[in-house]
Amino acid sequence: MLSIYCPHCGEHREEEEFHPKGQAHIVRPLDPESCSDKEWGQYLYFRKNTRGLHHELWVHAAGCRKFFNITRDTVSYEIREVYLIGEQPSVTSDRAQS
Amino acid sequence: MSNLNESGLNPAAQGKAAVMKQIPDDAAVRAESPLHHIDLPSMAGKQKDGGIYLKELAFVGHLSLRCDQKNAEQLSTVKEILGLELPLQPLTSNTNDQVQIRWMSPDEWLITVPGDRTFEIEGLFREKMTGHYSLVNGSGGQTILEVRGPSVVDLLKKCVPVDLHSSEFPGGKVVSTTFAKAGAVIRRLDEQSFELVIRRSFADYIWLWIQDASQEFGLVIEQ
Ligand SMILES: [Zn+2]
Repeated sequence: MLSIYCPHCGEHREEEEFHPKGQAHIVRPLDPESCSDKEWGQYLYFRKNTRGLHHELWVHAAGCRKFFNITRDTVSYEIREVYLIGEQPSVTSDRAQS
Repeated sequence: MSNLNESGLNPAAQGKAAVMKQIPDDAAVRAESPLHHIDLPSMAGKQKDGGIYLKELAFVGHLSLRCDQKNAEQLSTVKEILGLELPLQPLTSNTNDQVQIRWMSPDEWLITVPGDRTFEIEGLFREKMTGHYSLVNGSGGQTILEVRGPSVVDLLKKCVPVDLHSSEFPGGKVVSTTFAKAGAVIRRLDEQSFELVIRRSFADYIWLWIQDASQEFGLVIEQ
């Protein structure tokens, strides 16, 4: 079980209360009409399968029902950072390597 | 829908939203709480001592308010209507003898009021509240259980994944969490008593669960 910090509730809760919602920071194309099938397919279906740091969207489903971002190490499961929607991660794989 | 407003009896609400009286104040109209079928009143007083004391607070008015905590006008309107400020600190509650307001989320609160005042209070919100907000009367969809007793923390430890130690979960704190995998809003009333706001559809399941989980402590039904 992960113990996850909810930035809205301001405390750690059990993983049972949360749902992962996949890769974070996926930007919807501004003009879907002008997308090629490949671009639209990439947007809809293709996701990273990272080994290491991964920026993910989570929702506090049984709690405050708000979304937020987590940077998690997919190898160790360690949560490196929790940050709000609209913010950018400060822990990135580039920095982790340096 | 048009005859809703005609029979809705609240001119203030007209033209804003259809406000319905969900809890009949006429005793001749039969109202059934989500635990009507188990007939808790008939069990009250049968057993005198136990580690867990349980009662249902049926027919309470449940209002879900969503508004902007940065909007000073909305905050003061809520205070004017309820006589109580919205708790802005996460996981806290503000209460007086009539009204209980629970923080649910940065923009959502669960307000409970006496059943017979629900319609009046909902009308006041429709009349006075300004700006972008939402108020939903969920009275029919939820009920409240009060559990207390010397073994209440031991009981809850089997049911919820939150830290119940009084340093982490003091009186007045509110958490939305899972109770035996069903959703529940749990508020600590004092050291040995808690309030569970549960969904109508899970009420029977939670009742069965509590009976089973309290077996080792002894369960006393209160009225
Ligand atoms: Zn939360």
